Amino acid sequence: MKIVMAHGSGGNATRELIKDLFHKYLANDYLDKMEDSAILPVSEYPLAMTTDSFVVTPLEFPGGDIGKLAVCGTVNDLWMAGAEPQYLTAGFILEEGLDLDLLDRVVASLSRTAKEAGIKIVAGDTKVVQGNGGLYINTAGLGFRKSGRHIGTDVIREGDALIVSGDLGNHHACIMSQRMEIVNSIQSDCANLGPMVEDLLQAGIEVRAMRDITRGGLGTVLNEIAEASNHAVEIEEKSIPVDPEVKSFCDILGLDPLYMANEGKFLCITAQEHAERALNILKQNPLGTKARLIGSVTETGKPLVTVKTRLGGKRVIDVLYGEGLPRIC
Amino acid sequence: MNLDHILKELAGDHQELKIMEVCGTHTSSIFKNGIRSLLSPKIRLISGPGCPVCVTPASYIDKAIEWAMTPNYVLLTFGDMMKVPGSEKSLSEAKADGARVEIMYSPQEALKKAAANPELTYVIACVGFETTIPSYALVIEQTERSGLTNIKFLTALRRVMPALDFICATDNEISAFIAPGHVSTILGSQAYAGLTEQYMKPFAVAGFEGEHILIAIYDLVKQVENHKHEVHNLYPSVVKPEGNAVALAYINNYFESGQAFWRGIGVIEDSGLYLNQKYRKYDAGSADLAGDTAQKTTNCRCGEVILGKINPDECPMFGKVCTPAKAQGPCMVSSEGTCGIWFRFTRK
Repeated sequence: MKIVMAHGSGGNATRELIKDLFHKYLANDYLDKMEDSAILPVSEYPLAMTTDSFVVTPLEFPGGDIGKLAVCGTVNDLWMAGAEPQYLTAGFILEEGLDLDLLDRVVASLSRTAKEAGIKIVAGDTKVVQGNGGLYINTAGLGFRKSGRHIGTDVIREGDALIVSGDLGNHHACIMSQRMEIVNSIQSDCANLGPMVEDLLQAGIEVRAMRDITRGGLGTVLNEIAEASNHAVEIEEKSIPVDPEVKSFCDILGLDPLYMANEGKFLCITAQEHAERALNILKQNPLGTKARLIGSVTETGKPLVTVKTRLGGKRVIDVLYGEGLPRIC
Repeated sequence: MNLDHILKELAGDHQELKIMEVCGTHTSSIFKNGIRSLLSPKIRLISGPGCPVCVTPASYIDKAIEWAMTPNYVLLTFGDMMKVPGSEKSLSEAKADGARVEIMYSPQEALKKAAANPELTYVIACVGFETTIPSYALVIEQTERSGLTNIKFLTALRRVMPALDFICATDNEISAFIAPGHVSTILGSQAYAGLTEQYMKPFAVAGFEGEHILIAIYDLVKQVENHKHEVHNLYPSVVKPEGNAVALAYINNYFESGQAFWRGIGVIEDSGLYLNQKYRKYDAGSADLAGDTAQKTTNCRCGEVILGKINPDECPMFGKVCTPAKAQGPCMVSSEGTCGIWFRFTRK
């Protein structure tokens, strides 16, 4: 069965869609009240709030789907500020012709991922638009920073260490492979980064700042960090972790893993004296076994990112320009 | 010869010399590996015309847009063509204005799309050097075999050898060439023997890893210093002396050469490839563009960049009004374009 315009009419078809599908997976005390707003208990801790929209195609891919992505993406943004995720909203825009079984799987996945991440879905919305069977999800997340820590680019200091939690480029390479119908075993890294962040904070690691390495890749994240903190950072090319299959894929298509999107990797900036311990903690987690120390903050007052190449040369890493599309030759 | 020795030698004292890397992928690798920072300042690397996107004329982009704006026509193109400026606008801007442009990952996609949508005609933007030309020939063969009548080919295909000949004949300052690795796979290393003999310039065929390029530079420096001018194939695992006979046969079977306009350089005789008479029925007007030299007059100095006469940062527009986000000239557009590479890897 497919989504038709009547599913978005607000009438009987909408009610049935919500009752039979969304309620089946997302029911909880807050949502079941069916009020226009959820009334939520507040906390003594500082509130963190974020939102993100998810427009990935294909909707299901090796390692995840748009539902899992919609939860992980927002949850990870909260964790990057050191905030423990609490509440999530989910807005679904469904295109006419969307397969209902597929929607069922996506909502089930979203629900499962939210439960695993310990976040409650407290409000939602559904709209149907004309189209070609597509699906878009917007999520907003609320969390509380219970650690009492100030985590942000304004506390970055010269000498701080840069750690990446694992191989780069898997999500981007996976999605492109699917779109290009290239058969390989590359899986998206789509994951909740919470447990790794929690481990670091609970171990007392002096975390200065964190960023999940999504669109624009590590190259863009490093530039954002350099600009926001007004510090130069230098990384070592040989330390940047990339899976060999992803590297081959990039070599063929002229893509650079430094600028490719990830959905389960983050950059952690810590005090240098805590770097080794932070690295060991990350490596204990199944998602962090490939974590690497990739460089350090080198100079104050100079927002520049450089890389020391494998051959010993030096070059600038700029932000991503354009879309990172395959080249001709 | 170990790499430490090569690095030490190349950083040492040398006579002034200019080495041109013809291929955009080599330029990209040189910057990615920070190779310039490892060389003596007297060894100057200059980038050649080896990015097919950069040399594609504005009139070709105009023609592509014309097709994309025609009802029931779809233009299929690789991503790096999207922002190349035409005389009025780029494909990307035309798409925003309603032109039907789709980014392809392989020209083979056209076969599937054309079979699924018989009411639409797919025009494939075929841009490239010898490396990619056989793949277009293969799609022509498959189109013919499948009986599909709704696929057309808009070609801006260029031959590297006439361009190298042009550069050798007009520029005496270039001491040596790093021959394009991908193109050499098709043409073979011996393809450069004639140029070496005629112009007494050494060529080294190199792969794309940083080490490959360093070895090629070292080889060329030694050849120049020893007054040698030979073709050295330093990429023998991939490049054969005679090239790839199957690929060459495909090129010869479907295409014939003729004059072509290279953006920024001008007309080079015999440097273009056009669908031959037997397959001309698939042509989307490419042959008519052969003598078209329409070029928007701007302060863009991409032509001099392509010929290695200036570095990108010597162009007054570089990094100011001309950036990858709003490219004024073609060399700023592609990931293989010299200006784009300089912008990404050298900006302070």
